Amino acid sequence: MAGEGEILARLKEKFGAEAFQDLRIVRERVVRIAVDRTRLSALCAFLKETLDMEHLSSITAVDWRDHYESVYHLTSWTRNVMVQINAWIPHEDPRIDSVTPLWSGADAHEREAYDLMGIVYDGHPNLTRVLLPRDFEYHPLRKDFPQETDRQYVSRRKIGGGG
Amino acid sequence: MAEMWINMGPQHPMTHGLWNLRIKVDGETVVDAEPEIGYLHRGYEKIMEVREFQKNVVLTDRLCYVSSITWSHCYCLACEAVMDVEPPPRAEYLRVITNELQRLASHLMWLAAYGPDLGLLTALLWALRERELFLDLLQLITGARMNQNFPRIGGVRNDAPHDFDKYCRKVIAHFRKKLGEHEKLFEQSKLFQMRTLGVGSISRKDAIDWGVTGPNLRACGAAIDLRKLDPYDAYPEIDFEPAVEHDGDSYSRYKVRVEEMKTSCSIIEQALAKMPDGPYRVKPPRRAEGEAFRRTEDSRGEALFYVIGDGDDRPYRVKIRSPVFSNIFAAPLMLRGNKVADVVAIMGSIDVCVGEMDK
Repeated sequence: MAGEGEILARLKEKFGAEAFQDLRIVRERVVRIAVDRTRLSALCAFLKETLDMEHLSSITAVDWRDHYESVYHLTSWTRNVMVQINAWIPHEDPRIDSVTPLWSGADAHEREAYDLMGIVYDGHPNLTRVLLPRDFEYHPLRKDFPQETDRQYVSRRKIGGGG
Repeated sequence: MAEMWINMGPQHPMTHGLWNLRIKVDGETVVDAEPEIGYLHRGYEKIMEVREFQKNVVLTDRLCYVSSITWSHCYCLACEAVMDVEPPPRAEYLRVITNELQRLASHLMWLAAYGPDLGLLTALLWALRERELFLDLLQLITGARMNQNFPRIGGVRNDAPHDFDKYCRKVIAHFRKKLGEHEKLFEQSKLFQMRTLGVGSISRKDAIDWGVTGPNLRACGAAIDLRKLDPYDAYPEIDFEPAVEHDGDSYSRYKVRVEEMKTSCSIIEQALAKMPDGPYRVKPPRRAEGEAFRRTEDSRGEALFYVIGDGDDRPYRVKIRSPVFSNIFAAPLMLRGNKVADVVAIMGSIDVCVGEMDK
């Protein structure tokens, strides 16, 4: 319990408890942080430089219908602690600072999040589509991008068609 | 001489799938490289949002067709964390055994692909011959050679058949002997040494900075194995040491995978000996609310599933973190400064699986 407790204490000491919308230990070795997007850069720099979070596992973009979230999973191999940062992004202005200066590996993950969810990472050196074709016009993981059906394999009995 | 860009792909024997590696060459030397991926993008994360939690297991199987069980296993772990379900102890051991069998099959498939990359066609036949034994074992327990659909949220689909442990031990004893022959075939080959020793090096610092994980990172001298660092299932009760090499070149990446096969054999034997009796599955709830992520040591590195449920029986959002996706964007670091002819040898040693990379 040593590693994650220390991270929690250091973060509170540095930024103050009111800077975080959420700051808690989820389970052994995992800390969860929720912040506004304006605080992300300073937080990530502190985590990388002082708390040895040298590995960026992934960047996820989530569409919560009224706002977006950019979720970062960071790992410190030396301390063996993982941090999950949920950064709050308003729906009408989907922009957030890039973390590519801190982790080179963030490059591809931010491109993927931009490609599929349309979140613009400010300061990214080459923010282009990575999985979808260059001329694709939509960001398909957004909740307003429809699928053919909202539930697969609906039996006729369930939708009241008999049989 | 003027520098120019060349496409290696999307159709090229080096790719082992469908993707494009653009390389910038100055004469015969690679100056820069840029992977272009997405040819196999099937929109997994979107499809999973309209299917029930349980039905997604069959999809995650197809993320990587040479390493199905490890992927569906990771998805099941993440769902269990969201639903607050604890699998019974016997299921945890069955998962460890099938995971390691799958890892062996996956590494042998990699060996079978890497040999011909370097002109060693014998390696293809030999490695596939050995892989067949492990596929038979997987067939014995799951009923299928590939895309087994075996792990379940809350356990595994079925119990091990009668005498499964006997067959496992028999195959492992046979494989240990054969693996020695493989090592001789590769390591005493002058050709293999010339093409891999000191070729495609990456430093430990760069590898971590670019998010490289798995055997590729352990080849740089970092003893980072999630089965040890963030243990799941029955791994805490099993005694093993992750294989580590120190040079970070193609040869080290080969060596790590061979050592890992030996480790997997010993893990399977220990798990078979320790496996308790009892139920192999519990019934999970249909609906889930909340978020959780779980990561496992996949055959190729750190696999991570981040699952969000909003109280419905379908996930609200699923994020798949593929180790190959990160590894491949670190490939330019390994390629720069090498000759064009070495590109095949280097990319082969990274172990690319396009299915999981493109999602």
